[in-house]
This record gives sequence, structure tokens and C-alpha cells, in this order.
Amino acid sequence: MSIDIKNICYTYMRGTPFEKKALDDVSVSIDKGEIVAVIGHTGSGKSTLVQHLNGLLRPDAGQVAVDGISLAGKDAAAKKARQLVGMVFQYPEHQIFAETVYEDIAFGPRNRGFEPEEVDKQVREAMAFVGLDFETFARRSPFRLSGGQMRRVAIAGVVAMNPDYLVLDEPSAGLDPRSRNAVFKEIMALHKSRGIAIVLVTHSMEEAVKYAKRMLVINQGRILFDGNPADIFKNHQQKLVEVGMDEPQVFKLAALLRKQGMELPQGITDDVTLLQMIKKAKGWR
Amino acid sequence: MLSDITLGQYFPGNSFIHRLDPRTKILATLIYIIAIFFADSFLSYAILTGFALAVILISRLPLLMVLKSLKPIMIIVVLTLGIHMFTAPGETVLFTWKFLSVTQEGLELGVKMSLRLMLLLLFSSVLTFTTSPIVLTDGIESLLRPFKKIGVPAHELAMMMTIALRFIPTLLEETDRIMKAQTARGADFSSGNLLQRAKNMLPLLVPLFISAFRRADELAVAMESRCYRGGEGRTRMHELLYKGIDYAAFGTIFALTALLAFLRWGTALCAL
Ligand SMILES: Nc1ncnc2c1ncn2[C@@H]1O[C@H](COP(=O)(O)OP(=O)(O)OP(=O)(O)O)[C@@H](O)[C@H]1O
Ligand SMILES: [Mg+2]
Repeated sequence: MSIDIKNICYTYMRGTPFEKKALDDVSVSIDKGEIVAVIGHTGSGKSTLVQHLNGLLRPDAGQVAVDGISLAGKDAAAKKARQLVGMVFQYPEHQIFAETVYEDIAFGPRNRGFEPEEVDKQVREAMAFVGLDFETFARRSPFRLSGGQMRRVAIAGVVAMNPDYLVLDEPSAGLDPRSRNAVFKEIMALHKSRGIAIVLVTHSMEEAVKYAKRMLVINQGRILFDGNPADIFKNHQQKLVEVGMDEPQVFKLAALLRKQGMELPQGITDDVTLLQMIKKAKGWR
Repeated sequence: MLSDITLGQYFPGNSFIHRLDPRTKILATLIYIIAIFFADSFLSYAILTGFALAVILISRLPLLMVLKSLKPIMIIVVLTLGIHMFTAPGETVLFTWKFLSVTQEGLELGVKMSLRLMLLLLFSSVLTFTTSPIVLTDGIESLLRPFKKIGVPAHELAMMMTIALRFIPTLLEETDRIMKAQTARGADFSSGNLLQRAKNMLPLLVPLFISAFRRADELAVAMESRCYRGGEGRTRMHELLYKGIDYAAFGTIFALTALLAFLRWGTALCAL
């Protein structure tokens, strides 16, 4: 079970002076149950790539298949395959339209053709996942919520469709650190309990190393690196800086401390582990 | 999804025509349109057509693209041709079919009238192809300024046009984004009967209106906080200035008009 992308190319505004090749011969495969981070500087083609995962964009050349079913067709099978992939866009709260939170979240599952009881069950579960209390929020107008709460309603609207793959395009953009962490905690919980694959587009190297086992680095419409985030940051630092990316703060700090003579193991990916290692090296407890 | 909608039709370039002052281009287009009505002989029409083609050539626009702008009026052109051909009075009958007869005079008149229409559109589309919408409104504002005294709100009109033009691409982009987001949630914008379809548009229209109002609000606040207070006493960053090429362009278009006027009335004048 996987999403398979084979040699896709995509050009915006083809045939005009504004023509822009956004993807150039990209091949990648995403397995069910993986967490994949997609990073790259602004305009590198991240959003373009992930919009191919559920057929929102059709490649000019190449194929996209979900669980072996090509997305190119217009038949029921292709439609079904597309719905296996949930997509949370940048600033998803801008897509909210219904009168109540409940109605907005139920929009997706109803379109998938779930029975009313199933819709109700999915909405409740999705709200629980994103930490919105059902009794408090279900009947409220989504337009009277805070930005962070609206973001959660929007994410719940996609989660309620019960996708096998969940694509999130910068889900934490414009949120404060606490809401940011909360959103990620919810996404990780979802990954654990339902075993769905997560594709996470992000500008934050910290988020990439912290949450993903695999990372795609996109540069000028091509995949530059594909592998373990810690390894990529360790082995290709020079190249990453060249294409406009920086390594995570934790890595920088660890490198500085090592330079000062502290004995720290390689591949520390988060602040908590770093702190433990410093304590250990210093003999603190 | 909406990516194939090209907005306005500005085609960037750096040709002689592109570099002309927008006012020159607007006025020259108006003069050309007047000149079209001077033409009565086929020689005049040939000159006018040649001039239009030369301008397109100089502007380095793809000829085919400019010709495509004629498509929307093709029906009117054909109708004009037909009506003149069959109904205009004339002596020399070319051929008759049942009760319809085509006269040479009718045919000539029809061809001329349709040529007029096509030249009119062709020449004005060169204006919009070679001038970005923002520059065009600048030119219009500048040309309308003298009419302020009789109460034409030149600056306000231009500001409204500029803002509208500025936000059309943004709104299209927004529409595209929301459409994609709702499609990803299984929305269907293209099937069902009329009522069903209208209802299906709600998930698109509600967020679109909300974002349009939000943008309008933000823009108003941003303009006020930068002390915007209308056109009175404002200076501009890019002053419009007539340069050498503008005088050359005016010279050419006046020469063309004079030539056409001579072709029409010149012989009569000489006979006097
Ligand atoms: N609708 C569009 N029309 C024309 N060009 C586009 C469009 N969307 C994106 N592009 C261009 O395609 C390229 C890739 O864009 P994309 O949105 O995939 O970048 P991104 O990596 O997601 O950037 P960001 O980090 O800023 O979101 C960019 O150069 C962009 O200018
Ligand atoms: Mg993007």
C-alpha cells in the first residue's frame, strides 16, 4: 500500500510568457504508515508536488497511483483512490463555510458517502483528535472562533474523511508555539492510533527532524535528497546551505558544544535528548 | 484549474510600442478610430490595414495571438457583411438566388463595414496587449484630469480601477485555492441540476466573500494609516512624461490621418 509517483513534470501557465516549470521529473514513493517531511525554500515546488498526491493537479507527464490505482482516470475507482488522500492546505481555516462547526466538519465525510451514523461518529472522533470539546464547540459558528481553533476545525474536517494518507501543507504557519506543538501532538496521535501516513510540508527544520523518519529536500522542482533527516543534515550540510536551508538549532548547539570539548553522541534530534546528554556528559543528574 | 484564464491581456515586452507613454497610446488609438471613419476607398482601407499590421509587427506581438482577439466579434462581422450584402441598394446585380440578390455596391459596402469593425478592435487590442492595466489607468487618470473642473472624479475613478485590477488576480488565486481545498473534501462543482449546482457553490462562495471583505477591510486600514486622503495635492512616484518617441508616434498618426483625409476630400479640394 503506497502512493507512487513516477517521473512527473508540471508547468504552470504553459504557453504564456509567465510559464514556470515547477516540477521536473520527480519520482517518489510514500508507504502507508510513514511520516515524511518535505522541505525546501520558498517556490521550490513543495506545494505543487503534494497537490499531485490526490489528483488536484494533473501531471503534464508521468503517473501518480494510490494503492496501485492511477489517479489519471475519471472513473469511480480513481475518484475513490483520490479520497484516500486527505489534504490540509496552507491556512486551511480559509476554507470554512458552514454555519456550525459540526456542519463544516461533516462536509467531507458526507461527500464521501458515509451513512449519517458513520458521519456522526467520524465528526466526534475528529473533534476529539484535534482537541475540540464536542459539547462546547459542535453547535457554535466556526467564524466566532480564534485563529488556532479555526485551524483545528479545518484539520478536523479532513481527518473526519478517514483518509489513509494525510498531507499537511505547513499546518503550523502563523500559529503561536503552544498551538503549534498542540497541532503536531494531535497529528502524531492520529498517526499512532490509525496508522495513517503523514506527509508534512514545512519550513521548520526542527519540525522535520522531530517528527519525521524520512525527509524529502526539494530544490528547483527536483528531489535533492531523500532519507533520514539527521543523516541528511549531517552529511550534506554544505549543499543544504547552498540551496537556502539551515540545519536545526539543536544541531548547531550540539556542534558548538562538541567544539568546546564536550562529549556528545551524533544524531541528537531534539532539545530534551540534548539536555539529557549534556547532563550525562557533565555528570549532572 | 483556473490557471488558463489570462487576465487582461497584457503581453510584456520592450518594443517601441511598449515603451510609449500610455497617454500617447490611448490618444493615438482614438485618433486611429476617427481616421477609420475618413476612409471610403479601398486604397484608404489598404493603408489603414497596412498601418495596423505594421504596428503589430513593431510591437513584436505574436500576430496569431492578436488576431485571436477578433474571435468574440466574428459573429457581428459576419452579420454586418451579410446584412449589407443582401439589403444595400445598388444597380449592378452580381447574382440572384430566389428573392435575395447581391449587388456589387452592397458587397463593397459590406466588406468595408466589416473591415472597419475588425480594424477598430485590432488596433485597440494592441493598446491593451502592450500596456499593463496599472499603467493604463495611470494614463486614463492623467487624461481625465482636465475634466475635474466639471466634476469628473478622475483620481477616485482611477484609484477604484487600480484597486479592482490589483485584486482580480488575487481573488482568482483565492478562488482556485478554495476550489482545490473543497475538491479535496469531496465537493463537486460540476454536476447536478441548476439548483443543486447553485447549492454546491456555497462552500466556494462563502469563504470567497469572507476573504474579499477581509481584504477590503485590511486595505482600507492600511491606506488610512498611511494617511491616504484622496487625490488632492498628491504627487506620484512615476510622473508621466512625453518623450521623443511619443512625439514621433503622434507625428506618424497625424500624418496617417492627414493622408486619409486627403484621399477622401483632397481631389475635391484640388478641383476648386
Ligand atoms: N498558480 C500558479 N501559477 C503560476 N505559477 C505558480 C502557481 N503556483 C506556484 N507557481 C510557481 O511554481 C513554483 C513552485 O511553487 P510552489 O507553490 O510549489 O512552491 P512551494 O515550495 O510550496 O513554496 P512555499 O514554501 O512558498 O509555499 C514557484 O516558482 C511559483 O512561483
Ligand atoms: Mg507552498
